[in-house]
Amino acid sequence: MAEQKATFQIWRGDARSGRFREYTTEVSEGMVVLDAVHQIQARQANDLAVRWNCKAGKCGSCSAEVNGHPRLMCMTRLNQLDLSKPVTIEPMRAFPPIRDLVTDVSWNFRTKLGIRRFTPRPPEADGTWRMSQVDVERVQEFRKCIECFLCQDVCHVLREHHLFDQFVGPRHLVYAAALEMNPIDTENRSRDLKNTHGIGYCNITKCCTKVCPEGITITDNAIIPLKERVIDQLYDPVAKLFRMLRQ
Amino acid sequence: MPEYETHDHDVLVIGAGGAGLRAAIEASAAGVTVGLVCKSLLGKAHTVMAEGGIAAALANVDDRDNWKVHFADTMRGGQYVNNWRMAELHAKEAPDRVRELEAWGAMFDRTKDGRILQRNFGGHRYPRLAHVGDRTGLEMIRTLQDHGIHQGIDVHMECTIIRLLKDGERVVGAFGYERERGRFKVFRARAVVLATGGVGRAFKITSNSWEYTGDGHTLAYDAGADLMDMEFVQFHPTGMVWPPSVSGILVTEGVRGEGGVLKNNQGRRFMFDDIPENYRSQTADDEEEGWRYTQGDKAARRPPELLTRDHVSRCIVREIKSGRGSPHGGVYLDISWIKARLPNAAEHIRKKLPSMYHQFKQLADIDITKEPMEVGPTTHYIMGGVRVDADTQMSTVPGLFAAGECAAGINGANRLGGNSLSDLLVFGKRAGEYAAQFAKTQVAGAIDARQIDEAAQRALEPFARGTRGEGPYQIQYALQDMMQDLVGIVRNASEMQRALHGLEELRARANRAGVGGHREYNPGWHAALDLPNLLTVSEAITRSALERRESRGGHFREDYPSRDPGFSSFNFIVRKNPEGGMDVAHAPIPDMPEELRHVIEEMG
Repeated sequence: MAEQKATFQIWRGDARSGRFREYTTEVSEGMVVLDAVHQIQARQANDLAVRWNCKAGKCGSCSAEVNGHPRLMCMTRLNQLDLSKPVTIEPMRAFPPIRDLVTDVSWNFRTKLGIRRFTPRPPEADGTWRMSQVDVERVQEFRKCIECFLCQDVCHVLREHHLFDQFVGPRHLVYAAALEMNPIDTENRSRDLKNTHGIGYCNITKCCTKVCPEGITITDNAIIPLKERVIDQLYDPVAKLFRMLRQ
Repeated sequence: MPEYETHDHDVLVIGAGGAGLRAAIEASAAGVTVGLVCKSLLGKAHTVMAEGGIAAALANVDDRDNWKVHFADTMRGGQYVNNWRMAELHAKEAPDRVRELEAWGAMFDRTKDGRILQRNFGGHRYPRLAHVGDRTGLEMIRTLQDHGIHQGIDVHMECTIIRLLKDGERVVGAFGYERERGRFKVFRARAVVLATGGVGRAFKITSNSWEYTGDGHTLAYDAGADLMDMEFVQFHPTGMVWPPSVSGILVTEGVRGEGGVLKNNQGRRFMFDDIPENYRSQTADDEEEGWRYTQGDKAARRPPELLTRDHVSRCIVREIKSGRGSPHGGVYLDISWIKARLPNAAEHIRKKLPSMYHQFKQLADIDITKEPMEVGPTTHYIMGGVRVDADTQMSTVPGLFAAGECAAGINGANRLGGNSLSDLLVFGKRAGEYAAQFAKTQVAGAIDARQIDEAAQRALEPFARGTRGEGPYQIQYALQDMMQDLVGIVRNASEMQRALHGLEELRARANRAGVGGHREYNPGWHAALDLPNLLTVSEAITRSALERRESRGGHFREDYPSRDPGFSSFNFIVRKNPEGGMDVAHAPIPDMPEELRHVIEEMG
């Protein structure tokens, strides 16, 4: 890609109103969408609001919708996009806008607090825990999560149905899965998952898995096993009978 | 009279990376109320970028390791101008801090017998870095975050502190703004902990994000505290160099720890050409021995690619300047060659270095399992910072503490990879503990409205000038270009004198910076407010570097290319004089106790 110009339609506005504004800027080899946004910010619109930190796909700050697709702007190369047409960049639509590309994601931080914390079993005699690499790896997949909230952004339960007070969303189901499958954790979160975290709302459309920039197999590896756990523990008729008899 | 919200905390922690979170957790556990200020959202601080691991002498992989070896390695790496007491505490306490992370939910990679796995890293004699693939920093910050949110800490996200408030000699609070609405906030506190990280944005090529503008350094300096060792900036040898938009992004040392080698455009492993005398006995004689070391052979010595970062960076610069560099002005870092040694090398690389694999694949169209990377030095870390008491982390100003990158001492002239994450934990904990202890002994100080008015007025000046003023980004870029060119990896007196004049001009320009728009989430305004900090730390780096007329660690003078024992007995400190100018002075290094001296001799 030699030096050329490209046009970007960037959503500018706040909680009250907003519209797309058009900016044209030079683009060069290797540039990502975030570079173009920064260039526009430095040269044409100093007050263009955007979150970013690491610029290497590790912090999950620069989530946005590029040509309608939820992406990390720092990991979206311009040569993957059709630059003969304007590129649209808009904030994540599932969350309330603050300004321009910045949204209010505070609901995620509050929601996480509602998930029962890690509670390890007592350590071995030397004060540490033995864990096998296989067990650790299963959980490490979930701990790769960079909290970019793109999975929350595409989840129809949140995006279309706005069930923010009944459903914690894929991110926090991944978080719960990491805790539940942690080989030394002793807490049981099944009842919470069913009653307050709303795991039943997920109907496995796998949109979250498709947009995860970390490639976490959210639905298959985290949510479905959690659903199975909930069913085994809370709906299994034999177990239910057993519980009734014990009471 | 500016409008502001007021918050009261016993301890205020500024910065929410590893050090800030660890300090907040500790202070909170000590039973005081804690406020935690983050410049970005919680969990996004630069700690997430740390890749290689946490250095701690757990001796899980090599039972010859212990705190003494770690201490000696740290002092050797720092070329003996470290604060030896900090290096001692760090080496002794790091293992407990790592095990504590596991108790809070961290999931490190394991040894075959199920313990925490450790890997090789530059300057560490034995495999010492507890790690999670190449995303250890993310694991650490998430563990601290997920533990910390249940501790009753008040978190103030997207909030930037622009001034510390004093009552007489004592720090009693802080003043800042929140990004979302642009409103001012006053924090009253009995003790303040700075944990704001580094200064990387003062340079053009850097691995640091927008946040690293020397805020804590400048807040402390303006409050009258001493800064120390500011000439020691670490240029990490391996940053990406191509494409231009990603230049500076870090390529973990873990690549070399796993067997990656550095080559010039003639295919030569140039690191074998220059091995410093004090590391010769620890370095492999040939490629074969180096490879065996990376594969865990205890009889083998480490390959020269794993020499300290300052040295590797200079060797790379030498190759590039001699015309032996790669097409885009770097050298080659090759991990793909291990396919000649390992049966399923590609899978092994993807597993051990997953982020690196994706980073190059996505950003540079390079498959690191098949072809070499192009790398070159990038501004990564500053060893210098707020001068603190080794045990308590209190600065020279009562009530003001500092921990992590913004504090000086543990690293001396050069930091070993992996010693940063352990530093954050060890001294974050200590800062939190002693700040809480200090807070308990103090009554709340008086908040001086004049200090607030002054800071608020200054903060709003860029709006008064509006778009008639110069754009803040242009000034920042000019500063970055100048520091990179004149006070970078290779320094000399005349260039640094030019830099001092340049800084004066830039300061004048910064005073004329203007921004349009309003106060709500306005990055242009934020960039304008960061400028004075960048200028202060740039001046501190330049003035200290001019005074150190020798080469040591991260500081290299082409006009004084050798180490001079005359500079071994003190550190340079920087402080604000009554007229507002910057003074540079000497602080003698206290004599090392016999016991520690013996440890260094014993470890060779």
